[in-house]
Amino acid sequence: MDKTKTTELDNVVVRFSGDSGDGMQLTGTLFSNLSAILGNEISTFPDFPSEIRAPQGTLGGVSGFQVHLGSGKIYTPGDEADVLVAMNPAALKVNAKAIKNGGVIIYDADSFEKSDFEKAAFTSENPFEELGISDSIQLIPTPLSSLTQSSLEGFGFDNKTVLRSKNMFALGLICWLFNRPIDQAIHFLTNKFGKKPTLLQANVKVLTDGFYYGNNLHLTISTFVIDKSHETPKGKYTSISGNKATAWGLIAAAQKAGLQLFLGSYPITPATDIMHELTARKDMGVKVVQAEDEIAGITTSIGAAFAGSLAVTNTSGPGLALKSEAIGLAVMAELPLVIIDVMRGGPSTGMPTKTEQTDLLQALYGRNGESPVVVLAAGTPDDCFHYAYMASKIALEHMTPVILLTDAFIGNGTSLWKLPKLAELPAITPNYVKPGMEGCKVTARDEVSKARYWSVPGRKGFEHRNGGLEKDYETGCIATEPSNHEKMVNSRQAKVEYVSNFLPELKIEGDETADMLVIGWGGTHGHLMSAVMNMNKVGKKIALAHFNYINPLPKNTIDVIQLYKKVVVCELNSGQFATFLRSKVPGVEFLQYNKVQGQPFTVTELEADFSELM
Amino acid sequence: METTKTLQYTAKDFKSDQYVRWCPGCGDHAVLNSLQKVMAELGVAPHNTAVISGIGCSSRLPYYISSYGFHTIHGRGAAVATGVKVANPQLSVWQITGDGDCLAIGGNHFIHSVRRNVDLNVLLFNNQIYGLTKGQYSPTTKKGFVTKSSPFGTVERPFRAAELTFGARGTFFARLLDVDLKTAQQCMIAAAKHEGTSVVECLVNCVIFNDGAHGWLAQKENRADRTIVLEHGKPMIFGKDRDKGLVLDGFNLKVVTIGENGVNEGGILVHDASCEDSTLHMKLALMEGPNMPIAMGVIRNVEEETYDAAVEAQIAEVQAKSKVKTFDDLIDTCEQWDM
Repeated sequence: MDKTKTTELDNVVVRFSGDSGDGMQLTGTLFSNLSAILGNEISTFPDFPSEIRAPQGTLGGVSGFQVHLGSGKIYTPGDEADVLVAMNPAALKVNAKAIKNGGVIIYDADSFEKSDFEKAAFTSENPFEELGISDSIQLIPTPLSSLTQSSLEGFGFDNKTVLRSKNMFALGLICWLFNRPIDQAIHFLTNKFGKKPTLLQANVKVLTDGFYYGNNLHLTISTFVIDKSHETPKGKYTSISGNKATAWGLIAAAQKAGLQLFLGSYPITPATDIMHELTARKDMGVKVVQAEDEIAGITTSIGAAFAGSLAVTNTSGPGLALKSEAIGLAVMAELPLVIIDVMRGGPSTGMPTKTEQTDLLQALYGRNGESPVVVLAAGTPDDCFHYAYMASKIALEHMTPVILLTDAFIGNGTSLWKLPKLAELPAITPNYVKPGMEGCKVTARDEVSKARYWSVPGRKGFEHRNGGLEKDYETGCIATEPSNHEKMVNSRQAKVEYVSNFLPELKIEGDETADMLVIGWGGTHGHLMSAVMNMNKVGKKIALAHFNYINPLPKNTIDVIQLYKKVVVCELNSGQFATFLRSKVPGVEFLQYNKVQGQPFTVTELEADFSELM
Repeated sequence: METTKTLQYTAKDFKSDQYVRWCPGCGDHAVLNSLQKVMAELGVAPHNTAVISGIGCSSRLPYYISSYGFHTIHGRGAAVATGVKVANPQLSVWQITGDGDCLAIGGNHFIHSVRRNVDLNVLLFNNQIYGLTKGQYSPTTKKGFVTKSSPFGTVERPFRAAELTFGARGTFFARLLDVDLKTAQQCMIAAAKHEGTSVVECLVNCVIFNDGAHGWLAQKENRADRTIVLEHGKPMIFGKDRDKGLVLDGFNLKVVTIGENGVNEGGILVHDASCEDSTLHMKLALMEGPNMPIAMGVIRNVEEETYDAAVEAQIAEVQAKSKVKTFDDLIDTCEQWDM
């Protein structure tokens, strides 16, 4: 009989770490989906190495996947891991500082040999001591490689193929540790390897052996139970990455608007997965041009917008810089266009695989002339669906370019996503010319919203010439008349400001009656929310106002912010949103909490800072 | 019926109400007039025609055509036009560009639209000078030429549009001279009928900054001797007296006189614009005076699948097989569970 004791937990963070060839992303994804199916909330974050295939066992090649699961609301992939699975010493070294006191390290004892220590640049043969790993952390050496070898004896695979399955042994062991029945994991594997029966059989065998290894060994550690989440609204769910959710939001918007979806794109980390997702959706009629450069990415899209498609371009920081002039053309031609910037560490090439929020001012102001655009920012991976949809809706209804800011953290990370139905999504009504308007000028617009009417080639009676030169407000002809230019500048500005009439009000999360207000925007929502909730739980009064609509701001922004005595703007840059708010909200002293390390906030550091400020 | 074919449109139907602002005497006027006549003859409705340009003197052209038009930003016309054509392949798309717009700032987009073979009709106005910025040398300015930005003469080697087009695997190349309306219209009609990127180099004069840019061949009295208008399937004969022809001499082309040294018409090369191998097209396109005539007309016209058609075909192929037709179908493909 199994005498292993069981501990109940509200939430737990597991980090899988190994060589980029060790299959850690797959293992992590399977484990997190498995947990979600059993009713847990999940949030995950993959941590890819910047090198494609660094030499085996070296620090540069370490690939990680962190999952946070819980029986309550989960907002982030977690700061530190309760359980680390380390496939080699390099993985241990990279993650040594990110393990909780009292946590568990499961490692492949077969890969902890002298030569492995050298590869990971250890100077001794005791990596744990060298790293100063706390005694409170329990070490579980497991000979994953040799156990996998014996598990697959008789399959006739070469050693390399055999060892590729050791991640499944680790997964089996983790399933046992967290009391996860492996049936569902087997179901996932069947979906993945269904067409390769031998491989499927092998992976299932190793997974099962891993599970029973834990079970039979009566390891002197506690297994964990994490109850189903009761805070999650009922419904059908999947887990989705921000980049995939972005792509699907665009697909949904195109179908809702009755338009063809067009993407002009040039590969750039960490935005490329959006293109991958869309180009695979030819069944949905999506047209993707992989352009010759970032400029062609956006200008092909502007052509498609001119021709009547829901036109989109996606990129990351340096690409947004290259697209600046063309965004100005879309502003001037008043065409609907969605520009997605999955922000990464900058400036210049910067840190392509790391996250940052440093493109905000570029998005708002990075163009010549008075060139206002709508700017949105998604807060979580699943949020990307909603804001990609809303970016499309605003672009089409208000005839303006819209920049949607996401980032490497939410773009690559995953969260639970309640599956939507198209019918439940808000209607999208592009601002087309109307029958009877034949012969109208290119500048003809709705005098209230200032949105230009969209006439699309192929339609008789609406032929017109558009372009980047200033036009006369009435006739639409090229014009340099001084007061007309100012009128046109003002009308393009008014058009963007008018969008605020359709935005939801800024809402306060946490303790509304607090004196202190935390302000955030975009992909930091999870960390800020967790910090504020944790502090509220222990009786500390603090509130959060998180922005997804940046330009224009929600109408009640000033009123809300002015209610608080102390306001701190938290962002992963040197204070860009704080600068913006200072120009928009009078009479408020905006304190700042900034981090520019290519890493998300940690909840711990936020709580510490907020407590000090209070 | 063929003999009583009536034109649905006249050139006037393609004239917009805008005043044409080019300098008096600019070669662009003639190309515009030819284009409007050609559009009428082609019979594609103005509302199914899109004229896309970049920046420069020639890029003002869309304002003067009463179709859908888009005057975009410097160098990017090819990319915008690609987007228009891929988004709606039913449209007849003309791209208007110049030697600076197309071959300097827009060089990358030019070679890639040609490589992809997007079904665009590209009129490349080549006056070997920047006009709108008032007189700097361009990528096609002859070496040594004195301009405002090369007061001691340029030290740069120029591009040759045809060479670049063939290097990018172009399927169509023609050359016209602003004042030769007949050839100009023939080139434009062939360009419109060719499916793929049709590059038409329009040799135009700039009366202000490079007057006589193409003077060597443009003067009427010498034109017949200094140019050869190539026609598919016809012998390469030229000259005022139609007594000169082109033959191959080893790997090179040579001018011969019919009736001299035993040369008769039968020995003259016959133009095959549809030959997939571009070697001879390249030789023809690169002929230069004073010893060789400048080749005009349709030099290359090869059939090849267009990019826009290939995009559509691939979508149709996938759609025929896929069960996913709507967004809700797409959602159903997710690994999903109840919570």
